[in-house]
Amino acid sequence: MTRPSTQDEYLAGLIPDSVRATSFSRRGLLRGSLLAGGIPALLAACGDGGGTTGGGGGGGAQVTLGSNFSDPVPVKAMDAMVAAAQKAQGITVKVNKVDHTTFQNNINNYLQGSPDDVFSWFAGYRMRFFAGQGLAGDISDVWETIGGDYTDAFKKASTGDDGKQYLVPTTYGPWAVFYRKSLWAEKGYQAPTTLDEMTALSKQMQTDGLVPLAFADKEGWPAMGTFDQLNMRINGYQFHVDLMAGKEAWTDQKVKTVFDTWRSLIPYHQTDALGRTWQEAATGVVNKTSGMMVIGSFIGQQFPDTDQEDIDFFNFPEVDPAVGADAVEAPLDGFMMSKRPREEEGAKKLLTFFGSPEDGEVQTKADPSGIAANTKSDQSGYTTLQKKCAEFVGSAKSISQFMDRDTRPDFASTVMIPSLQTFLQNPADIDGLVNSIESQKKSIFAS
Amino acid sequence: MSSPDLPLVAPQTAQPPPRGGSHTGAAKSGRVRRLSGSDRIVVVLMVAIPTLIVVGLIWLPAIASVLLSFTNWNGIGGLSDIKVVGLKNYTDVFTIYPPFKPAVEHNLLWLVVMFVVATPLGIFFAVLIDKDLKGSRFYQTALYLPVVLSLALIGFIWQLMYSRDQGLINAVLGTQVDFYGDPKWNIWAALFATCWRQVGYVMLLYLAGLKGVDASLKEAAQMDGATEVQTFFRIVFPVMRPINIIVLVITVIESLRAFDLVWVINQGRNGLELLATLVTQNIVGEASRIGFGSALATIMLLISLVFISIYLNVIMREDER
Repeated sequence: MTRPSTQDEYLAGLIPDSVRATSFSRRGLLRGSLLAGGIPALLAACGDGGGTTGGGGGGGAQVTLGSNFSDPVPVKAMDAMVAAAQKAQGITVKVNKVDHTTFQNNINNYLQGSPDDVFSWFAGYRMRFFAGQGLAGDISDVWETIGGDYTDAFKKASTGDDGKQYLVPTTYGPWAVFYRKSLWAEKGYQAPTTLDEMTALSKQMQTDGLVPLAFADKEGWPAMGTFDQLNMRINGYQFHVDLMAGKEAWTDQKVKTVFDTWRSLIPYHQTDALGRTWQEAATGVVNKTSGMMVIGSFIGQQFPDTDQEDIDFFNFPEVDPAVGADAVEAPLDGFMMSKRPREEEGAKKLLTFFGSPEDGEVQTKADPSGIAANTKSDQSGYTTLQKKCAEFVGSAKSISQFMDRDTRPDFASTVMIPSLQTFLQNPADIDGLVNSIESQKKSIFAS
Repeated sequence: MSSPDLPLVAPQTAQPPPRGGSHTGAAKSGRVRRLSGSDRIVVVLMVAIPTLIVVGLIWLPAIASVLLSFTNWNGIGGLSDIKVVGLKNYTDVFTIYPPFKPAVEHNLLWLVVMFVVATPLGIFFAVLIDKDLKGSRFYQTALYLPVVLSLALIGFIWQLMYSRDQGLINAVLGTQVDFYGDPKWNIWAALFATCWRQVGYVMLLYLAGLKGVDASLKEAAQMDGATEVQTFFRIVFPVMRPINIIVLVITVIESLRAFDLVWVINQGRNGLELLATLVTQNIVGEASRIGFGSALATIMLLISLVFISIYLNVIMREDER
């Protein structure tokens, strides 16, 4: 190679031979522009195609369903429910499966963009919030059909602030203290009914070389369950509701008592909880290295099929006899309709099916960790645990949802998660903690 | 096309060619005047399109963030739903938001560790490998390998090392340290994993620079009786000034945008707070405290601006010389 004498020559030398050989020909350009012109046409054709299949199905119009059922067992349940719905209502359903946590994180954008006609969601403040923002469709007419099958408590849990219904509840699962029957029988443990009995039992478990209370809070929400249980046992259901609604002060002595009581139980909790997921903690119960765990009935998903009958639970024990232990936490899941569904008639048909006794049967059979919310659903196929859960919730005087469902999402995630983790790290400074929560609460609830 | 005499530099910064040898000087100024119509369109487009992209995708969102930081908005509904609240978000951040202080501290710690540990170590490895030791190719590949992995993936890989119950480190040492969960440890665990990657990155950049240093400089220094260490610090290091600046900038940028690794570990909570994770926690997800999150983002922008101005200052002085 000789040295190029001008800049032009140098630059020309940088072009690889292969490119120089096939320099742009007029024909090539023409071909390119044809291709470019073709793309919009192609896209338009796609749009048309979608439109005709959507509307042209006649009786079998296609309903879209956004689903946050993402673990293997719930996905199986969703497939079974959709198959049953298509058969029963003569509709075609297209399911859009999204990862559970991703679905929750994107819910704002999802509902403001072009959401599916029907989507899975939760009862409580979380539902009322989106209904209040005008992002959910009124389904009061669906409730005229299905309403007779539900208790008043569930109807109330499905009603927005404006008195209209926005949710069709399908299943729920109670929170309680779960354990393995075989382990307890072997060691001769009895389910405690008061906090003192529970403390005594925990001490016994420690002498037996067990971790009394399996515990995890890496995700930030599992510890909310323990807080809710203690709060409802110490201060009652109504205080829980008011505290979550921002009406009560976190600096109240009542809240400090909850944290104080919790602190007295910390020695029996599994240590290093902040680095552990609830599934890892549940494994301790499954493997009989932990004695019990405050968790929802979904812990059943962690047990192998053969051990399902070995799961048992007891109600979180009474702390104050004056308050009792008749408030139960049982988060309720269900389905909502988006504000402007493309296929409203089909969407309501699908929701009517989700509110039917048959759906409850299909869903609880595929995923035995939940209980059908519909009172007419046949319960004869239930496992022993499901029957006990249904009875347990049925006998409860009041039913709460869960901290992150009963309060504002911004308060639950940006204030309560870090605050409860701070408490678990340093249970000593309760005054500082409640002061910090209260000042943040005031700022958030003022907006 | 490997003309060794022609320096690979942008034409405008190249030394002007010696006068009289060729007709370059005249031709250059002549061509500028004789731009044809299509050339002019191309030039305009080449300037306009990147400008539009930068303004549209960087400047406008940045300004919007600053404006939103004075408001309260949950991200739902139109602009009419946005309430102006003045400086409330900022006072909240500084007075009643407990994660803010640790986040700033962690970001600074991140910067210091990268600067004091990862970068010098990377430079050291580059110098060693440049010595053409036996198997230097192998070391080079081994050290560079982590760089091709995303930080999210690195979080998972180190989880296998750090895990309290199943991890390699605890198994070998016979300890039960909860590296990711215990706030005493997790920031250091995360920093170690980040350094593991950063070292390889800096090494590769520096190695490329070292290969470009004229060997005759080093020879001359040795002739004059300089030791290896003296040669490096007195001769090689100053010659590498452009690379040094790039490495410095990369160190700062990587520290400020630290996010993915801690997000994978525990979403930036419990001892792993960073400014970037706080912004995400408040804006993304159900929480949607857009105004509050924007205030945090603005604070982050201001901190970045300090470093950006220092960098620009250095670069401009460089150009003036």
